[in-house]
Amino acid sequence: MLRIVLAEDSVLLREGLVGLLERFGHQVVAGVGTADELTAAVGAHDPDIVVTDVRMPPGFSDEGLRAAVALRGARPQLPVLVLSQYVQRAYAEELLDTSDGTGVGYLLKERIGNVEEFVDALQRVADGATVVDPEVVRQLLRHRRDPLSRLTAREQEVLGLMAEGRSNASVAQAMSVSEGTVSKHFGSILTKLDLSLTDETNRRVLAVLAYLRG
Amino acid sequence: MRSLSIGQALRRPRYLLGGWPWRSALYLLTGVPVGLAVLGCVLLLAVVGSALTLVLIGIPLLLMLVLTGIPVAALERRRLRLVDPAPIGDPHRDPDRTGPAAWVRTRLREPATWRELGFALLVAWVLWPLEALVAGTVIAVCGGLLATPVVMAAVTGGEEVRVLKLGLAETYPQAFAVALLGALLLPVFAYPVGLVAAARGALTRWMLAPGGSGTDARIVELGRSRMRLVDAFEAERRRIERDLHDGAQQRLVALSMTLGLARLESPAEPLGGLLATAHDEARAALVEIRELIQGIHPQVLTDRGLQAAVEDLADRSAVPVDVEFELPGRLPEHVETAVYFAVCEALANVAKHSGASRAGVNGRVVEGVLVVEVRDDGAGGADTAVGTGLQGVADRISVLDGHLLLSSPPGGPTVFRLDVPDSALRI
Repeated sequence: MLRIVLAEDSVLLREGLVGLLERFGHQVVAGVGTADELTAAVGAHDPDIVVTDVRMPPGFSDEGLRAAVALRGARPQLPVLVLSQYVQRAYAEELLDTSDGTGVGYLLKERIGNVEEFVDALQRVADGATVVDPEVVRQLLRHRRDPLSRLTAREQEVLGLMAEGRSNASVAQAMSVSEGTVSKHFGSILTKLDLSLTDETNRRVLAVLAYLRG
Repeated sequence: MRSLSIGQALRRPRYLLGGWPWRSALYLLTGVPVGLAVLGCVLLLAVVGSALTLVLIGIPLLLMLVLTGIPVAALERRRLRLVDPAPIGDPHRDPDRTGPAAWVRTRLREPATWRELGFALLVAWVLWPLEALVAGTVIAVCGGLLATPVVMAAVTGGEEVRVLKLGLAETYPQAFAVALLGALLLPVFAYPVGLVAAARGALTRWMLAPGGSGTDARIVELGRSRMRLVDAFEAERRRIERDLHDGAQQRLVALSMTLGLARLESPAEPLGGLLATAHDEARAALVEIRELIQGIHPQVLTDRGLQAAVEDLADRSAVPVDVEFELPGRLPEHVETAVYFAVCEALANVAKHSGASRAGVNGRVVEGVLVVEVRDDGAGGADTAVGTGLQGVADRISVLDGHLLLSSPPGGPTVFRLDVPDSALRI
């Protein structure tokens, strides 16, 4: 069970998320509607993870993201999952730049619809993994197409799935191939991108993302 | 004081005490060499051009003759500031393409060019002799009277001096009296000199200013109302974006979430299948609405500014785009918005029509002017006249007093360039 502080200004969505998270056995210790309340709630409840929207009152700009970055600055170990309505590399990068990007997630809001995947991603972020939305990863891949053009389509797919913070088993399942095939692809990706191999899922995502961001 | 013109200064009692009479005299005096030079050039171009027309070299010379008015007018606008400090705007349009051919084509189509040619001919044949007559008379009369004692001392050695072919000065007291008369005549002459300079200045302004003053005021008002329209349009865009984002998009997310939860209960067919279909539909709608909102007004533009928004645009582009910006910081919002959508349109054209394999966006501020270039290595042949997209961009940029230049020779490369002057960059 995770103790969650949830920041979302749309009451409809906030209530829905509380219901969804409770359905999976988590506890929302505070559900707030502004960035300032979010900061205060984290101080008061010391949650296991923070889930926040990017756009929040009072300015309806990127207050939620800024609050999340500030919270991570003060408490580097605090897992944060940011929900966004935009596929925006700039926002994801700012978040990933906080304390090595461990225990952060940047997901499109529409992923909430796939409830099981969403709750799974939440758990992984709480466990210290890095989760980046596939759409954003696709954008990162496109942005750095020069070195990545060396990868085959299959390898790019593997890389994309791995950047989401998935394990080999999970990638294998998503692509309907064996785990052995996945590790073979990944080995060749690392070689082509001149990255050294470590077996920890999290570190390799970071390495890949760091590389992609230049 | 600086904003007075000679016409206004003439009516003030202190006219004689200021620099105005001297400035007027200088204005008329400098008009003479200008007129002579123009006359020389015009005659030379006309004669040599006509003589060489048969061997084709003459045609560019005749073309130069037609365009002589442009530098003459530019010089005359500057010279006018001696007697009329309010600057005259340049009546010429910027050519919509780069290159000398486009420049000449644009100039030949403009009435201003022909008006300026007329003015140049007037300067060459009519104005300079008049100026020479007025300035010459003043110099001869006053100078002659004032110089009498000097002439008497230096040339005739105290003997009689003929004054202006009218009378004789025989003694030094007489000579000094004549000189005194010359000094007294100076302020008297100052008025006609001022009047002629004022008339010459008014004629210059009338012929060389872009439209009359009444037209100017209307143009200013038109510009303002255009700015207001664009602002209102922007505000409406933002409102639509906000409404979609805070309303429809949130509801769709909630709907998709509810459908997702419902599917967890895994009801039997056919309900399970219908739920899955509904869930997919909701997801597809979410993707569409996200892209729709992005197209209306990207949040990253408001939050992170032009560079981040253009980089984001480049990420989405089908053609690889290199982005390079050197900006001093955030720009005024309406400039960021106009330039962003201009780059949007340019990159959309690159993707749709150019067949380019690579494109680049480059933005920097050069001497206070924001210059943004979008270039590609495609087939070229783009035209602002074809299609409404580029024309719309040109209109939006012109509201900021900026302009759009397009160079797209067949075979490429295409360069799409926006200039926004510093008047628009100051908030």
